Amino acid sequence: MNRNAIDLWVGIFVAMGIAAILFLALKVGNLVAFGNTPGYRLEAAFDNIGGLKLRAPVKAAGVVVGRVEKTRLDTKTYQAVVTMKIDNGYEFTTDTIASILTSGLLGEVYVGLDAGGDTKMLADGGTITKTQSGVVLEKLIGQFLFDKAAAGGTK
Amino acid sequence: MALQDSVPLSTPEIAVELADVTFGYERTRHVLNGITMTIPRGKVVAIMGGSGCGKTTILRLIGGQLRPDAGRVIVGGQSVPDLGRDALFELRRKFGVLFQFGALFTDLSVFENVAFALREHTDLPEELVRELVLMKLHAVGLRGAAQLMPSELSGGMARRVALARAIALDPMIVLYDEPFAGLDPISLGVVGQLIRKLNDALGITSIVVTHDIYESLKIVDYIYFVSEGKIVWRGTPVEVRASGDAFVRQFVDGAADGPVPFHYPAAPYREEMFADG
Amino acid sequence: MASVAENRAVHVLRRLGGVALGQLSRLGYSARFFVAVLRNTPEAFRRLHLTLREIYFSGVLSLVIILISGLFVGMVLALQGFDVLQRYGADQSLGVLVSLSLVRELGPVVAGLLFASRAGSAITAEIGLMKATEQLAAIEMMAVDPLARVVAPRFWGGVISMPLLAALFSTLGIFGAYLVGVRLIGIDAGAFWGNMEAAVDFRQDIVNGIIKSIVFGIAVSAIAVFEGYNAKPTAEGVSSATTRTVVTSSLAILALDFVLTVFMFRGVS
Repeated sequence: MNRNAIDLWVGIFVAMGIAAILFLALKVGNLVAFGNTPGYRLEAAFDNIGGLKLRAPVKAAGVVVGRVEKTRLDTKTYQAVVTMKIDNGYEFTTDTIASILTSGLLGEVYVGLDAGGDTKMLADGGTITKTQSGVVLEKLIGQFLFDKAAAGGTK
Repeated sequence: MALQDSVPLSTPEIAVELADVTFGYERTRHVLNGITMTIPRGKVVAIMGGSGCGKTTILRLIGGQLRPDAGRVIVGGQSVPDLGRDALFELRRKFGVLFQFGALFTDLSVFENVAFALREHTDLPEELVRELVLMKLHAVGLRGAAQLMPSELSGGMARRVALARAIALDPMIVLYDEPFAGLDPISLGVVGQLIRKLNDALGITSIVVTHDIYESLKIVDYIYFVSEGKIVWRGTPVEVRASGDAFVRQFVDGAADGPVPFHYPAAPYREEMFADG
Repeated sequence: MASVAENRAVHVLRRLGGVALGQLSRLGYSARFFVAVLRNTPEAFRRLHLTLREIYFSGVLSLVIILISGLFVGMVLALQGFDVLQRYGADQSLGVLVSLSLVRELGPVVAGLLFASRAGSAITAEIGLMKATEQLAAIEMMAVDPLARVVAPRFWGGVISMPLLAALFSTLGIFGAYLVGVRLIGIDAGAFWGNMEAAVDFRQDIVNGIIKSIVFGIAVSAIAVFEGYNAKPTAEGVSSATTRTVVTSSLAILALDFVLTVFMFRGVS
C-alpha cells in the first residue's frame, strides 16, 4: 500500500466521519435552531412556570418565534422570571399576554404569546406584564375536589 | 575494589571491555558470574558456548539493553551502564546489530529497511541516501532485491539484508547474534565471508555470538568459551584446534557427554525404575 | 490441627496479597507507560505519514464492519421500537427513540466494542509480534525510541478514528431505521424526522455522544498498545495479550459508559 493511496483513503474516511457528525448535528439534532439567529430579549414574570425548561420554544399562533433563555426566581416577589430570546423580525405589543402552555396532553411545555391591540411595541429588555401561569396538575385536582366538596356541602 | 584501579580504562586499541561482570535476570540465579573479556579494535571475536549459557546476555550488556548487577562494561572508553538516555542513544549510533534471524521491519521494503538508520539519523538528501543504500546492498550481493518485502526473502537473503542494515551508518562495532543459525551450507559460507570481509574493509570491530564452531574457526581472530556463566577457555583458532581442554574438545568434536553432561540431573536410574508406588 | 488450618489461611491471604500488590504495581506501570506514550505525541505528528498509516489501518479498515453493523442495529431498533411504541400510540416517536438510543449510547458503545475487537486486537498483535521478532529491540539498538515510532502513532491513529467511526455508526443506524420505519412500516417521514429533530439536542446528546466516543477511543487504544508492548515475546504471549486487549477494552468501555452516563444524563427528562 503506497503512501498516496493511504493518504487518499484516510482523507475519504475523515471526510465521511465529519459529514456524519454534521448530519447528526443538523438533520438529527437542533443545531441551527438556536445560536446564530439574531434576536432581542423580553422578560415575563409568572406565579408558576410548571414544567417549562431552558431552550423551550416561544410560540405565537403556533409558530416558533424564539426560545426560553433563562429562568430565575425573583426573591422579592417570589415569582418566576423567564427571559426569552425573540427572533428579530417579530414584534409584540406592550399588552401581549404570555402563557405557559402544554402541547397536547403530555407534550412539552412552551410559552405562548397572544398579541394585544396596543400601538406601542416591546423593545429589547422589555417586560411582558400580562401573564398566565402554567397549569399544575395537582392544584387542578385539588381545586376539583375542593369544588366538589363545596358543592356537596351546600346541597 | 582493587580491580577497578588495576584495569585501565579502554585504550584506543581496545574497543569493548567487560570487567568482572555479574548479571542475573532473577535475583536468585546468576546467568553471568564474573565475566572478564577484552575485545581489541578491528578484530573479529567469537563468544561461544552451549544454548542458554549467557552469550546473548553479554551482547545485551554491551548494547546497554541490560545493566550488570556488578562489574563494568566499557565501550569506546565509556561505561555503558552509567550513560543517560541521550548519551546511550548517541553511543548506539556507533553500533550495528545483526539480530537472530534478521529482525527486519516487516512493513518496510528491503531498501527502506537499510535506509532506516540513514533517514532517522542524518539529513542527507534522498539521492545520497539511495546511493548509500544501494552500495551497502551491493556489498552483500542483494542490490537487485532492493524492492522486495522481507516476507519474500529466503532466510539467507534476509540475514544478508540485516547485515547491510547493520552497517548502514558505518559503525565502529558490529554485534552479531547467532548469524549462522538455521542457514543452508552456501548461505553459511556467504555470511561468514561477509563478516570477515566487511570487518577488514571497513575497519570495524566484530563480536560474533554463535555456537557454529566450523564457520567460526574459519573467520575469527579470537574465541571466548562461556559455560555456566563463566569463561572456561580463551584463545586463537589455532590454539583451539590444538587444545586438550576437555570442554573445548567436547565442543569442537560435538561429543554427547563430557564436561557438559548428557543427563539432566535426576535420581539414580535403578532407584527411579524400581520405585514402589 | 488448628495450626494446619491457620497455615492454609495465612497461605491464601499471602497469595491474595501478592496478587493484589502485583495488580497494583501493574496499574502503576501502565500509568507511567501511558504518560510516556503521551509525551511522544509531538514525535508521532512530526512523522505524520506514520500516524496517517495507522488511521488507515484502524479506521478505514474498520469501515465495513462499522457501517454494516450500524445499519443492522438501526433496522432492528426500528422493528423492536415500533412494536413497543405502537401499543401506546406513540409510533410517531420512533425517530426519537432510535436517534436518542444511537447517539447517546449505542453509537459510541457498540462502535467502541467493535473497534476494540477489530482494530484493538490488530494493534496488540502487531506490536507483540514486532516484540517477539526482535524488531522493537532492533529499533532501540538503532537509537530510535520505539515508543515514538511504533507505539504513539498507533495510539493516536486509534483515538482519531474512534469518534469518526461512532458517528458513522449512528448515522447508518438512523438511516437503517428510516428504511424500516418509513419505507417498510409506513410511518410518516415528516413525523419521523421532525420529532427527531425536536427531541435530539446538539449539546446534550450529540456532543456528549462524541465525548463518549473520544474517551472510549483513548481507553481502547491505550490498552491495545500497552498489551502489545508488554506481551511475552512468544506465540502464546502474543495471543494471550490480544485476548486480554479485547476483554479489558470491552469491560473498560462498559464501565466508562456507566460513569459518563451518570455525569452527562443525570436528571434529563
